[in-house]
Amino acid sequence: MHELSVTESVLEIACKHAEKAQAKKVTDIFLEIGRLSSIIDDSVQFYWDIISKDTLCEDAKLHFKRVPAQLICTECSHEYTLEEELMPCPNCGSARIKVLSGDEFNLDSIEIQR
Amino acid sequence: MTEKRIKIVEKIMNANDQLATVNRQRIEAVKAYSINIMASPGAGKTSFIIATIQALLNDDVHMGVIEGDTAPVTIDSDKVSDAGVPVIQINTGGECHLDALMVNNALDQMDLEPLDLLMVENVGNLICPAAFQLGTHSNILIASVPEGDDKPYKYPNIYRGLEVLIINKIDLLPYLDFDMEYFQKGVEMLNPGLKTFPVSCKTGEGMEKWLEWLKAKIPQK
Repeated sequence: MHELSVTESVLEIACKHAEKAQAKKVTDIFLEIGRLSSIIDDSVQFYWDIISKDTLCEDAKLHFKRVPAQLICTECSHEYTLEEELMPCPNCGSARIKVLSGDEFNLDSIEIQR
Repeated sequence: MTEKRIKIVEKIMNANDQLATVNRQRIEAVKAYSINIMASPGAGKTSFIIATIQALLNDDVHMGVIEGDTAPVTIDSDKVSDAGVPVIQINTGGECHLDALMVNNALDQMDLEPLDLLMVENVGNLICPAAFQLGTHSNILIASVPEGDDKPYKYPNIYRGLEVLIINKIDLLPYLDFDMEYFQKGVEMLNPGLKTFPVSCKTGEGMEKWLEWLKAKIPQK
């Protein structure tokens, strides 16, 4: 995927909030990534090390929290967690399902020093 | 030195999404309808756009096209231009998708006022374009049958964000092992009740229903 533009966005949001809080340095960044958002941690980390240089976020550690995808069957209201592959409702076999969570793609919080 | 945890909870795509909203407002201000056409390379995005243009030119619909390409080649833009419609080309410089900022810049270069319909041709890719809203009224995917019937299962995200699905190259169905039922079951799981038009840009089969749907969406000025 487009890890570079995503990483740039993370840096921009983190720096904006760090400046607002008058931070000297950002030490940790906590990201919340839903199971349905495709993003490769290693490549975000790779770009991060390059683009965060000489910013408030230099050397900040990235933490990736994965959020599982929760689905609900619109026929029988059975709720289940997405395993490996997309599958119909395990309870009634219906293909009419809705995603409840798993789309998250958030910068959850940062840890700063000042 | 004090340490502090600051809660933020900001969507990483927030900047893009906000700009997408601005794009939508700009398009609505001139009372035009807009579509974002996504597909894998070779699914027939440009052929589909040309077929749509040729059909609607007779109906006096004023169209504009934004062409996204990763390489600075004007093959697609030239085809659209030859069809008699203004076109703005975006070179993404290797980027795998269009984003709201690129479309915003393209809107600056286009004479929006006379437009009834704006078509944006995204970069050929089934993964990245799904994550970037452009601000268009509808996201459309062209799935062509030679690509195989398993694509909804392999690229779920792009199917989830669609308003319309075009199944192209149906004239080739007799020659392929494309299981339409399996394909549509995958689509149904991701996007129940999705508006779907099976077409062949080559023979024109099925295009009428698509055009009927599209014309109903274009605001009367």
